Amino acid sequence: MAITMTKGQAGLTGNSAIAYAMKQINPDVCPAYPITPSTAVIEEFASYVADGAVTTELITVESEHSAMSACIGAAAAGARVMTATSSQGLALMWEMLYIASGMRLPIILTDVNRALSAPINIHCDHSDSMGARDSGWIQLYSETVQEAYDNLIQAVRIAEDETVQLPVMVCLDGFITSHAIENITLLSDEEVQGFVGEYNAKTTLLDIDHPVTMGAMSLPENYIDFKFQQSEAIARSKDTVLKVAEDFEKRFGRKYGLFEGYRLEDAEIAIVILNSAAGTTKVAVDELRKKGLKAGLLRPRLFRPFPFKELAEALKDKKAIAVLDRADSMNGFGGPVFNELRSALYDVPKRPKVVSRIYGLGGRDYKVKDAIAVFEELKTIAETGMVDTLQKYITI
Amino acid sequence: MADKKAVPLGGVIPEGGTADGYSTGGWRKLRPVLNKEKCTNCLICWVMCPDSAVITEDGKMIGFDLEHCKGCGICAMECPDKVKAIKMEEEAD
Ligand code: SF4
Ligand code: SF4
Repeated sequence: MAITMTKGQAGLTGNSAIAYAMKQINPDVCPAYPITPSTAVIEEFASYVADGAVTTELITVESEHSAMSACIGAAAAGARVMTATSSQGLALMWEMLYIASGMRLPIILTDVNRALSAPINIHCDHSDSMGARDSGWIQLYSETVQEAYDNLIQAVRIAEDETVQLPVMVCLDGFITSHAIENITLLSDEEVQGFVGEYNAKTTLLDIDHPVTMGAMSLPENYIDFKFQQSEAIARSKDTVLKVAEDFEKRFGRKYGLFEGYRLEDAEIAIVILNSAAGTTKVAVDELRKKGLKAGLLRPRLFRPFPFKELAEALKDKKAIAVLDRADSMNGFGGPVFNELRSALYDVPKRPKVVSRIYGLGGRDYKVKDAIAVFEELKTIAETGMVDTLQKYITI
Repeated sequence: MADKKAVPLGGVIPEGGTADGYSTGGWRKLRPVLNKEKCTNCLICWVMCPDSAVITEDGKMIGFDLEHCKGCGICAMECPDKVKAIKMEEEAD
């Protein structure tokens, strides 16, 4: 697909931007099985392959389980590997996700967030990537098309960093971000290539002068030692995420952190929310600020590993916080971001009140008025110090 | 915290041929026993053994590597019907 740029800007959907970033990264191997709403990523990337715009080996497989299996095989052979999926596709990859991370293979996956069945639904929520949150993958969430594009390029460096060597999942909202056209700034191919650099895997199955075994069995005498090593690696990958973001900013001027705060510093009440719905919430924040309400927003960018210290630091002085989850943990105790964030705030001396609000499942619209209603509730909680409803569904 | 035990990244076994050093013979319940009189040295057992535990010398079948033979019985099964030179016997006997 030809992309027309005006002054370095192009109007692209999230999927086109991801496919374009993949073209610029030019991975060695891309095993993929298309699924709505991420189909266009692979469809457009396949055009780049067919046109000879990349040297990638595109492997069309019979399922997502096979796609991730092929990613693992190719990565074990020393290739730079990327794929994309959504919803049931990610669910079908489950078994292999843990193998990719346990084998410390720096695979990059774009997850275009979509609800899990049943009922069957093709629209956005985060139940797919949230279900994979303990699979050992680093997870970056993206509010906009621009951020999804920038995150994918940074993901390569994060995954392949010597101290990390873990797979990375870049998440963006199905349809809302994947299919909406946004004006974004693209980097040149040279800039992307210069940033990601060449990948040289330390151990590869194809290096026959140094034969190795990968994916072998490990019993009680050392399984836990491998898991300890993996746990340390994902915990310290937080520093790499920041280091890579810093270099990205230095080269290209766009700044990213572990999270984004919007009018957060002097806020008394705040909403914590992932991905595109943060944009809607920012409009609500601006409207309420005009009325003198000290509202703010925190949008986590990195969810795995969970930057608990930094989030607690940013929220410690707030009076009341609502964590809005676009996924339900089905635990009778709120959503996944709520649970972890509330736990992160436990050691704060003046603990803010924290409530869980589940919104937008299966693509239900989340509007400015919904955000305003949450802020109004928070205002009452802040004034009275009393929480009436700890957890509930909104937008229903 | 420093790594308590330094283990290779991602469970990689950083050298080749390490299966040789892993004694799988202890898993065996049945032991293959060769009847040299009957054996025609067709080497079908050598081809079929999944553990490379059939030992040959100068193109002749001479016995089993019991350090690695897991006692699966494939050799006994695959030895041609007319010959049946391998019998599986209880280890315990
Ligand atoms: S019993 Fe199985 S492992 Fe042992 S020699 Fe025969 S085929 Fe090989
Ligand atoms: S298969 Fe039977 S006949 Fe052939 S070499 Fe083995 S033991 Fe001998």
